[in-house]
Amino acid sequence: MLRVNVAKQLGEFSLEASFESQGRVTGLFGASGAGKTSLVNMIAGLTRPDRGTIAIDDETLEDTAKGIHVPAHRRRIGYVFQDARLFPHLSVAANLDYGRRMNRLSEDPAQTKRVTELLDIGHLFDRRPGKLSGGERQRVALGRALLSKPRLLLLDEPLGSLDEGRRAEILPYLVRLRDEARIPMVYVSHDAAEMRQLATQIVMLRGGRVTSFGGVKVLTG
Amino acid sequence: MSEITPTEWTAILLSLRVATVATLVATPLGIAIAWLLARRDFWGKSLVDALVHLPLVLPPVVTGYLLLLALGRRGFLGAWLADHLGIVFAFRWTGAVVSCGVMAFPLLVRPIRLSIEAVDQKLEQAAETLGAGRAQVFLTVTLPLALPGVLAGMVLGFAKAIGEFGATITFVSNIPGETQTISSAIYSLIQTPDGDPAALRLVVVSAIIAIAALIGAEWFSRRATQRLHGN
Repeated sequence: MLRVNVAKQLGEFSLEASFESQGRVTGLFGASGAGKTSLVNMIAGLTRPDRGTIAIDDETLEDTAKGIHVPAHRRRIGYVFQDARLFPHLSVAANLDYGRRMNRLSEDPAQTKRVTELLDIGHLFDRRPGKLSGGERQRVALGRALLSKPRLLLLDEPLGSLDEGRRAEILPYLVRLRDEARIPMVYVSHDAAEMRQLATQIVMLRGGRVTSFGGVKVLTG
Repeated sequence: MSEITPTEWTAILLSLRVATVATLVATPLGIAIAWLLARRDFWGKSLVDALVHLPLVLPPVVTGYLLLLALGRRGFLGAWLADHLGIVFAFRWTGAVVSCGVMAFPLLVRPIRLSIEAVDQKLEQAAETLGAGRAQVFLTVTLPLALPGVLAGMVLGFAKAIGEFGATITFVSNIPGETQTISSAIYSLIQTPDGDPAALRLVVVSAIIAIAALIGAEWFSRRATQRLHGN
């Protein structure tokens, strides 16, 4: 369960959002500039809210009143960015292994095999990120986040930088991920069709406020 | 032109040793300062920045004299170091390392700082979300990506250190075998009757070292850049 209740002033823009989601895939839906990325960055711990709380299950990650702020690297929250952000100086294999090394987890060949098969990236291991297509890059970024064994996965418009054909190529992987990986996800998008395919619960954001919350049907409302 | 004499060799080897040690000691410090200036905001940042660049704008003789005042036998730091730790810089080759290191520092820091600033902070954020703490982010992402700049800074610093003259001769004088580097040896030879051929030999040697350093730097940075872009 993810509980978020935060407020942050960003220049002229004020973000005040509160929701509680049990869903396997919580869709953060809204136009660009609605505050989706700011909200996700706070959940990841990359930015801090002016006030509010963020909790996963029973663990408080952020509570400004009590002065609690778990730093990003201790949250065990995977993050797939719109622009992949693979490390250019490391091979695909080293990128995938990065989270395991940083968290000092023991090697888990079975998990690595599962993830690389799920995402179909086994043949890319020796390549550098610079030599990958946009779709391949995004799949490796997904794999990298999954292999750090997060308890929550944030996906910020992971298809946003891809053209129509590439989107159709990645979307099935995301559906498989939802059905097989058993990690709760927060999926950010401004695309209603994507949301319908992936999300189980929708948080609709407009101008920094939550305007509606519920099942996929709120998209039609 | 005849053979290089043993005295000249002494000056050449001393110069190489001084410049190498100065570069190796200054580099970790330079990386730390460059990171602070590139990534942190703190009170007194412009002062630190100014101090780092000071040797670039002060007359070298002033820098050398300030070092003598601070680190000389009766200097406030020098006396303390000599009494408590037995470390003496004045008129020693280690003093030449200090003056060369100080003079080379701004040239060393600048390319490192620029290359750290050029590292995409989004990559550092990605590393954080994957479980890397601040030190790990620096060692596994920032530093490797800034490596071409670090190498460029080291070469520039080395080239400056090997040619340093004013601050060194002021601080540690011109003692053959101890503090007489190529530059101070050339200076002495020019003032000696019949010293011209020897001076000329040393001029050729320093030109060779400088050119080799530049070619080496080019090669290193090309390789490092290739490595980063995965070609």
